[in-house]
Amino acid sequence: MLRHLDEELKELHRDILKMAVSVQESIFKSIESLRSRDKYLAQDVINTDNKIDELELVIDEKCIDLIALYQPMAGDLRYITTGMKINTELERIADIAVDISQRSLVLMEKPLLKPLVDIPKLSQVSQDMVGDAIDAFIKRDAQLARKVALADAEADRLRNLVQDELINEYLACDPKTADRAVALLLIARYLERICDHATNIAEDVIYMVEAKVVKHHPEELK
Amino acid sequence: MDNNVKMQAKNVDFFYGKNQALNNVSLDIYANKVTAMIGPSGCGKSTFIRLFNRMNELVPHTILHGKIFLDDLEINSPLVDAVDIRRRVGMVFQKPNPFPKSIFENISYGLKVNGIKDKAFIEQKVEDSLKKAVIWDEVKCRLNDSALKLSGGQQQRLCIARCLAVETEVILFDEPCASLDPISTAKIEELILELKKDYSIVIVTHNMQQAARVSDYTGFFLLGELVEFGKTQDIFTSPKEKRTEDYITGRYG
Repeated sequence: MLRHLDEELKELHRDILKMAVSVQESIFKSIESLRSRDKYLAQDVINTDNKIDELELVIDEKCIDLIALYQPMAGDLRYITTGMKINTELERIADIAVDISQRSLVLMEKPLLKPLVDIPKLSQVSQDMVGDAIDAFIKRDAQLARKVALADAEADRLRNLVQDELINEYLACDPKTADRAVALLLIARYLERICDHATNIAEDVIYMVEAKVVKHHPEELK
Repeated sequence: MDNNVKMQAKNVDFFYGKNQALNNVSLDIYANKVTAMIGPSGCGKSTFIRLFNRMNELVPHTILHGKIFLDDLEINSPLVDAVDIRRRVGMVFQKPNPFPKSIFENISYGLKVNGIKDKAFIEQKVEDSLKKAVIWDEVKCRLNDSALKLSGGQQQRLCIARCLAVETEVILFDEPCASLDPISTAKIEELILELKKDYSIVIVTHNMQQAARVSDYTGFFLLGELVEFGKTQDIFTSPKEKRTEDYITGRYG
């Protein structure tokens, strides 16, 4: 039976995809601005964040309307509540891209502290995790979502590598490098946070598809 | 039988003549819980709950296989009195059906039929029952008025009070709010949640939101079969059967 709700859900899905694409663009641009020391890219991320904020409100409102007007059940209910949660995660990721861009602008004012080795690796992991988490949502693929959630350990490992190197080889040895070392430390932290949000999205997708709560139960992921 | 189980249906088949209305249904009704039966029209849910107080045997040419228990009593065994079962397992119907008598007499009738003559006892029982059904304040000044003068929602609560007066143990509700406005519906729902502290309740409803709001357990019927039975929150958030999912999300049909 064709349901009017299905049309509404399709529209919600389109909005969430639009949000996801904008957020992925923001992450990419913020990381690229750091790599290529491009202040226009960094500025662009900061300037477009309000559009993402607006879209977040639109999606939230749509989800609340659907719950109030259709009183959805079962799979429909899980889809809408998951959409709401993913919406929040995506908006936070976009805020982090703004943070990265701001640190990137600070770093551009001085010479490069060191060639970036592990940060690009970490950025790749974070982009892959976000991309896969969104794919898992679109395809309702719980297996891919599990892969994303399990990848978070690699992000933590890379963040620790960056952190140890910056603290031991720069902050502890030469206080004059502190501003740049702290900026890089923060960026590593931001990238790792993006991975955490991607993990949250993946866990929400598993709930949406399988009605199984894996959040805070890592053993359920295997 | 498990102590928490008040009523139990075991491998129940039911036929209206040659038409099979229920097919091998087994289900437990838990004590002091609300159990909702949902499903499309004609799925057998009303037929099923009418088995719990032997109402179906009033319909000619019906056949029942399987067993129904109230506590440990098999209610269809030859020595069991149907009238006694109907006192212990009360029923409230879709359309309020007060007797064409006064409000007081509607409640006292069951007591008198059961041989109680003590006037003071009857008066107290009438008051207690009307209070429990949360209608006392609305009718206490006009107990001798005809029950038919009450609004639909009030009549329905009067019918609930009528069950309570004869010390029923289980209350079967067959679409109790189908003919009521939203405020009266809310009152009945609140009342059901209050009553489950003292009674075991079964409710048949077409209103899925109502089942979700008031029940602890839900059974989904389709074509005479109990497709799925479980905790209400599981049925409405993560049903195991695709047929249940399709029905509760409005895809059925």
